[in-house]
Amino acid sequence: MIGNLPYLVVGIIFLLGLYAVLFEKNLIKIAIGVSLIEASANLLLIVLGYRTGGSIPVFTLAGKVGKMVLPVPQALTLTAIVIGLATSALMLSLIMMLYKHYGTLDVREIRRLRG
Amino acid sequence: MSWHVHLPALVIAVPLLGAFIAPVASMLGKVARNFWLVGVSALTALLSVLLWQQVLTSGTAIYVMGAEAFNLSLPSGMSLPIRIILEVDAFSAFMAVVGSIAAFAGALFSTNYMERFSGLDKFAALYFLLTTGMLGMVLTGDLFNFFVFLEIASVASFGLVAFWRDRPEAIEASFKYMVVSTIGAMMILIAIAFLYGRYNAVSMAAVANALRLGYAEKIALVFLIIALAMKCGTVPMHMWTPDAYTEAPAGVTCLLIAVSQASLYGLFRVCFSIYGASLGSAVVPWTIIILGVLSMFIGVSMAVVQKEIKRLMAYHSVSQIGYMLLGLGVGLLALSDPQAMADYGFTAMKGGIYHLINYTMYKGLLFLTAGALYYAAGSRNLNDLGGLARTMPYTTFMFVIAAAAIAGLPPFNGFVSKLLIYESTFAVYPILSIMALVTSVLTLASFVKVFQTAFLGPAKAKLAQVKEVPPGMLLGMSVLTIVIIGLTLFPTWSLSNLVEPAAKALVNQAGYISAVIGGGL
Repeated sequence: MIGNLPYLVVGIIFLLGLYAVLFEKNLIKIAIGVSLIEASANLLLIVLGYRTGGSIPVFTLAGKVGKMVLPVPQALTLTAIVIGLATSALMLSLIMMLYKHYGTLDVREIRRLRG
Repeated sequence: MSWHVHLPALVIAVPLLGAFIAPVASMLGKVARNFWLVGVSALTALLSVLLWQQVLTSGTAIYVMGAEAFNLSLPSGMSLPIRIILEVDAFSAFMAVVGSIAAFAGALFSTNYMERFSGLDKFAALYFLLTTGMLGMVLTGDLFNFFVFLEIASVASFGLVAFWRDRPEAIEASFKYMVVSTIGAMMILIAIAFLYGRYNAVSMAAVANALRLGYAEKIALVFLIIALAMKCGTVPMHMWTPDAYTEAPAGVTCLLIAVSQASLYGLFRVCFSIYGASLGSAVVPWTIIILGVLSMFIGVSMAVVQKEIKRLMAYHSVSQIGYMLLGLGVGLLALSDPQAMADYGFTAMKGGIYHLINYTMYKGLLFLTAGALYYAAGSRNLNDLGGLARTMPYTTFMFVIAAAAIAGLPPFNGFVSKLLIYESTFAVYPILSIMALVTSVLTLASFVKVFQTAFLGPAKAKLAQVKEVPPGMLLGMSVLTIVIIGLTLFPTWSLSNLVEPAAKALVNQAGYISAVIGGGL
């Protein structure tokens, strides 16, 4: 039971992020929602690779090690974090430009494209 | 060992290198930049064609990154492939050819189209990154690598959609696209995590080899289908398509079409090659067929009422995606039943795949002609245009060809692929092909409207100064026109050489798996 707790947390963070994206009216809050979804995906990967009591996955000078944490999900997570960073930075700069153009961050007023 | 074995890596490496050298080339001046933009795109297209030829003659090509030998897919003593593998079967190579031709035409078009604007070094760099992302998505044999290339393509396209950043609409469209696309990409990552958790592998072939349908796999499948359908703009998730396609510069829209096809490729790679026959013939194929029919119908009915020319075309691309989903969905329906596959399934898949190349070519051409109209007349609104056939004869000619192809008038290539889809879906449920026919008629109606209002009718005083567009743009459009005419004149050749190997590769799940797992040393 306690072993599955991290997955529950992943699910909650994902749903919180999705809620923010779907129902929040402020662009910054939408960006936060997207970041939350990213965080949940990264957390899921890390949790999948974790082995209770495992040590760091480095062979060189590791000494006598019984169990190791899986390294592949960590590599995947690092890549995903870098991509997430780029997306967040770009998203915030787009929000900046939207604010310059429209003078508001409210999605209900930023809708010149419709129909 | 000839250099041909390195083609899968070269097709991705050349535009990637092109992206990072583009700012340097731009420092040497305008001519050097344009030369670089067109030259690298042409080289990429050439390499893709060579790769396609090689795959057709010597079977599925694999390329292992970072191994001692390029074809060492299973390092000694391992039962799973651990390195990043590019796996190119006939379908992947076909997609690479289609995408790189669209990229070449868009680049050629952009040399003149974009010359009025500044920041073109960044434009060229982003354009190549987008090309790289698209080619990477179709060539990779690794799920996580697919995600990485998808994100490369997405981030580059956010920048390109918002390229005219003094236009509020462009920023708005880019932001909308970004939110949708990032969530989609994260869902793909979560799905990959589920599959990795079950099978300890991210290689598509290894996952496909070990796959037994359970809860985790079903959840992963749902996430993958939602995300990839969102990325290729099918109906309930199509809101971003009209905005992004409309606001992007025309050359970029032509490439964005090819990128959405790469997402479609991902969807079918997941369904056919990873899940395959274990999907059964109930829920998933019907979901895809229904998504297809809805996209066709809703897309075209939204398109008929549009006044802005690029927006109208963007809604048509939603509806055209539906044809491919319909064709390949029917193929998926027949996957586990050899009799049904021989009767109608394979025809439907041939129709879907043939429509894919036709769609990319004529839709790219339509967006380019819309861009040419915007360039020459300064407006995208149909109410402001009129009588342009006198002043822009070449553009008019190419628009007519593309419009006839999209409306499926015989003998154009769009007619051939649509006919294949009609006759095969009729065998499943007649109502499906009736919906497809109605969509086709509405498509014809709306393009007759565009042709009538923009090109025919009395010349407008405001448009008296309009001249034909410069040669670079005409050349870009004529590349796609030549491909369309070629496909129109030789439908049998293209069906048996282009389409059939691709459809066979998609059906042949065992072949896809054994190229990585069974082969090696």
